[in-house]
Amino acid sequence: MFGYEFYVDPSRCIGCQSCLKACEECDTHRGVSMIHFDFVDRGETIATAAYVCWHCDNPTCAQVCPADAIKKYEDGIVGSSLKPRCIACSNCVLACPFGIPKLIPENEQMMKCDMCYDRTSVGKRPMCATVCPSQALAYVTPETIAGRREKPVNVFRFGSQTVTTKVYMMAPATAPEVAIDVADYTWEGEREVVPQAF
Amino acid sequence: MAKPPVPIPELNARFGPHLNYLPPGGWQDEAHSAPDRLVKTHCCFCGQQCGIQLKVRDNRVVGFEPWEDFPFNRGMLCPKGVKRYLQGNHPDRLLDPLLRTPEGFRAAEWDEALDFTARRLRELQQQYGRDSVAVYGGASLTTEKAYLLGKFARVALGTRHIDYNGRLCMVSAGVAYKGALGVDRAPNPWSDIPKAEVVMAIGANIGECAPITTDYVWRARDNGARLIVADPRFTPIARNADLFLPVRPGTDLALLMAMLHVIIRDRLTDDAFIAAHTTGFEKTAESVAWWDPRRAAEVTGVAPEAIERAAHWIGESRRAMLMHARGLEHQSKGVENCEAVVAIALATGNIGREGAGCVMITGQGNGQGGREHGQKCDQLPGQRSLTDPAAREHVARVWGIDPGDLPQPGYSAVEIMNAIHAGEIKGLLSICFNPLVSLPDANFTREALNKLEFFGVIDFFLSETAHHADVVLAGSLQEEEEGVTASMEGRVIHIQKAVEPPGNARADSAIICGLARRLGRGEFFPFREPREIFEELRLASRGGIADYYGITYEKIDAQKGVFWPCPSLDHPGTPRLFEGGRFYHADGKARFMKLEWRPSGDPVDGAFPIYLTTGRVVSQYLSGAQTRRIGALVDQYPEPRLEIHPQLAGRYGIRTGDWVTITTRRSAITLQASVVKTIRPDTVFIPYHWPGDRSANRLTHRTLDPRSRIPEYKVSACRLERAAAPVTAAAEPIAAPGGRR
Repeated sequence: MFGYEFYVDPSRCIGCQSCLKACEECDTHRGVSMIHFDFVDRGETIATAAYVCWHCDNPTCAQVCPADAIKKYEDGIVGSSLKPRCIACSNCVLACPFGIPKLIPENEQMMKCDMCYDRTSVGKRPMCATVCPSQALAYVTPETIAGRREKPVNVFRFGSQTVTTKVYMMAPATAPEVAIDVADYTWEGEREVVPQAF
Repeated sequence: MAKPPVPIPELNARFGPHLNYLPPGGWQDEAHSAPDRLVKTHCCFCGQQCGIQLKVRDNRVVGFEPWEDFPFNRGMLCPKGVKRYLQGNHPDRLLDPLLRTPEGFRAAEWDEALDFTARRLRELQQQYGRDSVAVYGGASLTTEKAYLLGKFARVALGTRHIDYNGRLCMVSAGVAYKGALGVDRAPNPWSDIPKAEVVMAIGANIGECAPITTDYVWRARDNGARLIVADPRFTPIARNADLFLPVRPGTDLALLMAMLHVIIRDRLTDDAFIAAHTTGFEKTAESVAWWDPRRAAEVTGVAPEAIERAAHWIGESRRAMLMHARGLEHQSKGVENCEAVVAIALATGNIGREGAGCVMITGQGNGQGGREHGQKCDQLPGQRSLTDPAAREHVARVWGIDPGDLPQPGYSAVEIMNAIHAGEIKGLLSICFNPLVSLPDANFTREALNKLEFFGVIDFFLSETAHHADVVLAGSLQEEEEGVTASMEGRVIHIQKAVEPPGNARADSAIICGLARRLGRGEFFPFREPREIFEELRLASRGGIADYYGITYEKIDAQKGVFWPCPSLDHPGTPRLFEGGRFYHADGKARFMKLEWRPSGDPVDGAFPIYLTTGRVVSQYLSGAQTRRIGALVDQYPEPRLEIHPQLAGRYGIRTGDWVTITTRRSAITLQASVVKTIRPDTVFIPYHWPGDRSANRLTHRTLDPRSRIPEYKVSACRLERAAAPVTAAAEPIAAPGGRR
């Protein structure tokens, strides 16, 4: 959709996995979800993260593909592997700095998020960003995203490799330390007030 | 005696729960076949009633498409909404009425099943009196069905005893709001939330139980609002709280009274508002005088400084919103809890304006509409009181009966089960209710069901409760009958009929009217379609508090919902209540209430030293009768787990994955532990969606709030022991297909 961009904000994620469920309802890959979803460390925190392919300007997955099966379209979207070309070698799976491509053994093919190309190419929003209840995954205009607390970034450093992406990560303007253990907040008597809560 | 005819595993093998993963025809078929049409309707699950488009082909719901133009959710859906479409073509779907035989259930003809049901109800009434039969309804029913069921109980059966599973939802808030503000409805539309400067969520796991509401809260934060979260658990929205108050289960009232104490002590009250628009402030002020933050800290486990800060943020703001849900309401002082929230809003003048107010987050799909029009034990349509002579006169006239023939108020949901157990109620007709899983003290509920002389159920799947039925009338899913519901905002919306009921299943309203005819009261139930019921409901509610007279299906479609009250056809509806400080009591003023601390009905002591609290997970809904049959939702969270803090777990040597027996004064169950720092160290949590030996409600107790009659699900006392992995077949650790074992 013209003028719309994809933004990922893990700080908004509530872990509901609606994106994961809705992705497999998309017509181009029925029954296979392309969303990556993780509990960061459930013992320590409720924090979760859901994310899509970052659609790199210079996609590593395509660079390392020996079969030339991964194409970047004119609008910057990097597609799933082309079925007739993909040899299921997993080069892309190993090389992607974000860990996005998945080898689907039943299909003998790498599949990944293509930003709902069947939807975005006809003026619809991607399935995951449409349903996301917390808008941790959002497909909106830059003007809309400018109203948020967090700011979009799309440059990532992986050691010596710098990657610029079509999809933006929302990052905090400042990153204060946040206490995540309920025991840090509970009050058991005068001597035990823990400063993190205030 | 209404005992299951054959062992439960045999019933499960035939009726499920089985897991459905695939749309009709499978994934690939669907990709190549366009739907016949998209039906703009709403999700069948929670009180948010998100707009959704159902894909329909060959009289089957085959998928969904987001409905981005519906203003409440703008396309957003939680995983339950995404997968809701998998129920219609489900292998467990009841396609015929069932009659119980010694060998199990057999399919029956409709005439046989309905004749039998009517005959047994009448026989019991002739033998034991009219009030020996009771009716259970539900808050997932459309408003038309709920209205029809209330009329059925009172006009066709003539029994006092009808109540519904909304009794387990937000009735504490309902009593509090009705008493303090004169009306039982969230006063603000959700569009007010992003306008607030301070948002406080207390006893409300918004991220998991009202997921779309999260976006409203996050937008408030984008606009600079501060978020206060009070909960024994670090819920998903607590991640972004500016202030987290880890309140001990059952002590919210002390927290709220201390906040009010600070607001009064530090002169943060809106004295002009109190003087002009309220009465009884002195009563509340006196109630909270003793509750300084230091005392409240001892009771709640929340630091005094945090209580002071929360009180100041709200008291110093002109646009504060307080949001609350089951955490406050599921307590034996649930009404007082909600009255305290209302009192904070009134005392600071934060009510009746954009971005200012207190709102209950109603949980069930039609929790709001289903409680307004007559399936509550003490209410008539239009939120009218069953004991008010003028209300009885009005409704009796609409119904064409003598007001003297209208029964008086009967028992509430839990009290009906108590009366069945005591042998006072002999027969039960139930729709949209799975009390064996959802009522507290499940062993008691099972004993009661076993004693029924007649038990009839209307349902689309065979729920655990329906195992006990003499007859099961195969009813309809939400998308199989037109009607309206009212969302938690008080927005009346239009449920479209997308498909016909499959097989020989029938529309619920046709079943109820068919029973009424067989009971000899057909003249009062001439309805051929829901629209005719709605037309009568408009008249019955006219002039009442929940006035629907000005609402039509067409107006709902044109406006994308109509907020009640809507007293005339040219009235646009009422998104925000109490503007200008006008409340719904006769004098136009709000009431401050006397607040009184009471201990929980199941106190923690030396033998049961740990707090147990229960709640929901995002992928399951209520008793799970529907969501435990949807594969993708079961996979997300297949089994209930015991959430326990590492400090407490360490004392017992419990690690994640270990089996733990949880024992309360009622019973014991054994579950796997999940050791997490996101819960108070003195509290454990179990989600309640499962039956049998995994049922949290085997552990809970039947103490009720004396006014709202809601059970105290959120506070029980328990003890823990490490246990060996269960070895019996009935306790297989991993769920068999359908989330059962």
